[in-house]
Amino acid sequence: MNLALMRERLEYQSLLLGLVVMVTCALLAVAYQWTREPIQQALANDMRQSFSQVLPEHLYDNDLLDYAGQIEAPWGHLTYYQASLAGDISAVVFPMQASGYAGKIDMLVAIKANGELSGVRVLVHQETPGLGDKIEVARDPWITYFTGKSLHNPLPTSWAVKKDGGEFDQFTGATITPRAIVAEIKRALLFFEAEQATLLYPVKLPGETIGVTTQMQGVEKHD
Amino acid sequence: MTDYRRLAQDGLWSNNMVFAQMLALCPVMAVTSTATNGLGMGLATLFVLLGANMIISTIRHFISPAIRIPVYIVIIATLVTLTDMLINAFAYELYKVLGLFIALIVVNCAILGRAEAFASRNTLWDSIVDSLMMGIGLTWALVMIGGVREVIGSGTLFANAHLLLGAPFAFLEITVIPDYRGFLIMVLPPGGFIAVGFLLVAKRWIDRRGEQRQRRLASEPDSQQHQPSH
Repeated sequence: MNLALMRERLEYQSLLLGLVVMVTCALLAVAYQWTREPIQQALANDMRQSFSQVLPEHLYDNDLLDYAGQIEAPWGHLTYYQASLAGDISAVVFPMQASGYAGKIDMLVAIKANGELSGVRVLVHQETPGLGDKIEVARDPWITYFTGKSLHNPLPTSWAVKKDGGEFDQFTGATITPRAIVAEIKRALLFFEAEQATLLYPVKLPGETIGVTTQMQGVEKHD
Repeated sequence: MTDYRRLAQDGLWSNNMVFAQMLALCPVMAVTSTATNGLGMGLATLFVLLGANMIISTIRHFISPAIRIPVYIVIIATLVTLTDMLINAFAYELYKVLGLFIALIVVNCAILGRAEAFASRNTLWDSIVDSLMMGIGLTWALVMIGGVREVIGSGTLFANAHLLLGAPFAFLEITVIPDYRGFLIMVLPPGGFIAVGFLLVAKRWIDRRGEQRQRRLASEPDSQQHQPSH
């Protein structure tokens, strides 16, 4: 039978559609298998890159992704990462999420074992370009002023932007963004103070291996 | 015999996806805050368009007209997803910039448009040429819009080009206006509309000048013919 006639038949059309879907699905399945490993590698590298921004090099010698722990925080489930130097836990890193002017602000907070901030970085945000985006370290050093701060310096009552009687600068034309970040960092510090016994307890002993996924809470793509 | 000059002229200028067909405006507005983003989006779309045109023109005789649209959409969606996975796996830095917008290629009606209007009724080779020309036309349009917005909005040109093209292309990154404080609206979505509007005006103006010149040229031979008879 010739093709032009066959194309008009319902069986032919359903079979063809089915075939096309089958072939494309098979293709996608193969591509998924093939790219899964590199994608996880890229995510893990990105995570390590972020860790190295909040933790000075002399503070840790382990791969933080292998030292992940789980804890229930007042705002939900939290995955934290322990940094250690020669086997002693030197700092804890965990993601926090502030509510900014234009949506969630994903950040990474690193707190040293003595309660001092080792560093804070904003990972993903949708704040207004030119105003709120000064929270990015690439645009403004503002976020680095938190390094070395703790609940004793300044005291908890001064953990606010200057406009609210606190100690931290806001930006001209954008108060909501820095206010949200200061509040979120304070929350992280208070949480650390309350839970430090758990957070600083080794998630695994040296040499021990446990399977840890590289899927990070709060760092995944938002859509 | 296919007129390749006509295909090229259509894709690059007179039937340009953005400046003439006014298609693909959703991804255009979303990504063109810098020239580099425009280039990345243009190339990703070019890749999808090329793949879609090639596949569809190859199997065009087997596709019944009744089910052609779902078949095209499945093929295009698959290509977009593949592109998304590949960029995520092998160009992660670029993915962080473009990632959210790659999926937008699937709603780029211009791709379905080319499948329907061209690839479904032309040979493989012609469809390849058509997709390349349309894709390059889209890419230069996106780079133009991104460039205008970037220079006016942030005072730079091709910032972060090394993320897209690799370190050797870092020389493309130019600070056009040093210590520029930025012109926010051009970076935000309204700036996209403003830039596209002015570029459209420019294209129409060039087209009209070309028409006038042709009309003048068409009338000149007449006068030259008359001269010998004097």
